[in-house]
Amino acid sequence: MKQITKLLTVSALTFATTQSFAANVTVEIKNLTQGLYFTPIATVAHTSDSSLFEVGEMASSEIQEMAEGGSLAGLTTIATAINADMLAETAAGPLAPTAKVSGSFMTADSNTVLSIVAMILPSNDGFIGLDNWTIPTEAGTYTVYLNAYDAGTEANDEIIGGGAPGVPGMPAPPFLTLGTNGSGVTATETNTMIHIHPGNIGDDSATDGKSDVTNTVHRWLNPVAKVTVTVQ
Amino acid sequence: MLIKIKNQKLKLALMLALPLALSACSDDEVEVIKEVEVIKEVEVIVEVPAPVPTPVDVSYEVTITNLTNAQPLSPAAVVLHADGNLFEVGMVPSVELEKMAEGGMNTGLLALGMASASGAGAIGPGASETISVKVQDITDAKLSITTMLVNTNDAFTGLNALDLSSLAAGDSWSTTAGVYDAGTEVNSEMAGTMPGPADGGEGFNPTRTDTGFVSMHPGVVTSDDGLTNSVLTVQHKFDNPAIHIMVTRTE
Repeated sequence: MKQITKLLTVSALTFATTQSFAANVTVEIKNLTQGLYFTPIATVAHTSDSSLFEVGEMASSEIQEMAEGGSLAGLTTIATAINADMLAETAAGPLAPTAKVSGSFMTADSNTVLSIVAMILPSNDGFIGLDNWTIPTEAGTYTVYLNAYDAGTEANDEIIGGGAPGVPGMPAPPFLTLGTNGSGVTATETNTMIHIHPGNIGDDSATDGKSDVTNTVHRWLNPVAKVTVTVQ
Repeated sequence: MLIKIKNQKLKLALMLALPLALSACSDDEVEVIKEVEVIKEVEVIVEVPAPVPTPVDVSYEVTITNLTNAQPLSPAAVVLHADGNLFEVGMVPSVELEKMAEGGMNTGLLALGMASASGAGAIGPGASETISVKVQDITDAKLSITTMLVNTNDAFTGLNALDLSSLAAGDSWSTTAGVYDAGTEVNSEMAGTMPGPADGGEGFNPTRTDTGFVSMHPGVVTSDDGLTNSVLTVQHKFDNPAIHIMVTRTE
């Protein structure tokens, strides 16, 4: 009888590092749209008893200045005040259609939820939003799709104006191709709470019509962004 | 086949059983020493090639349901592939993807798989179709599905590179899918540019006139909503999701 010798291969064992509440978290944000830009993105890990925004409630002045003009100054001040962790990479610049940006941070023990906001361009006060998403404690890769919200702070007239809070119209940065001389889609905002954005209307004229946005380019369907979170 | 017989202490009865085992061999491969009338013991070592394992079929049924109001879906491509992506937001679309998204032609995408299957025909609004695809011995294939919304310039929906490794025989998995824009043809919605029944116009055209990258679709505008030259109406509008997909591994 033949003797068969078996060689046993012992696979290397990987030992997990001791788990603490703090987590090494990588966040990647991808713009899924064909024709919209996002302003610099606030990616904030904070305590679960705080909230940057809440659908159905009035926008804070800090959310308003983000949603109307893309400024993260007020949100950054709040994040610092509540000892939140904030990603620098995603706040570095505008995010073009289908582009993505990512960064990593070591979140503090108590900062167990993730919130993400950035203005949608062109819009009057549209923004992408993730509100108090619990960061998983189990290592892995997680995907979240974001909808477009309306801050409810400005009428969606869709004509070129200003980005400062309370100034009507849309900001018009140079990387956007917009029309001119739109008469304005509407002068009122019916729902003044944060709500799902009804979408841009646009028109097909670059020189007149109701809107300064282009109806075949600057509309969207949800979701508008994909967030991939990797917890190590 | 090699058969070697060692002469040992042997019982004749065992020897008598041997011709059956030897019948498939030529005589010169066999060495047999007989010593009749002596009790012998024989050890027979038979070496045969390792049997070729019977291929195991791994089969899937993919059911696609059209959730739109008035967007027939072109014959679906169901593709099993080893790796890579058929489409992804941000990527430059392949010509195979462009032909499907502009003209509903799925043959190019079907050829990219190690196994694939086409739907029998268009899937109308509210209708569904179950498409079977089979591969052998591979349980960790990637599943991709594509189909065009035919009353558009280059809108499509589907699924990209779903990892099937965790789907055991008998398991089902469901999802819904949104609408993508191939980025190869501008969304003019004009007469003569869309192959579906709302227009009956052109399908695939190799000239690329749009962004050049795959993205989520912004939706059709239609003449009812301010696009003057559109031949589409409010009937053709869609929102996400556009289809429901159920994948069942049957064996």
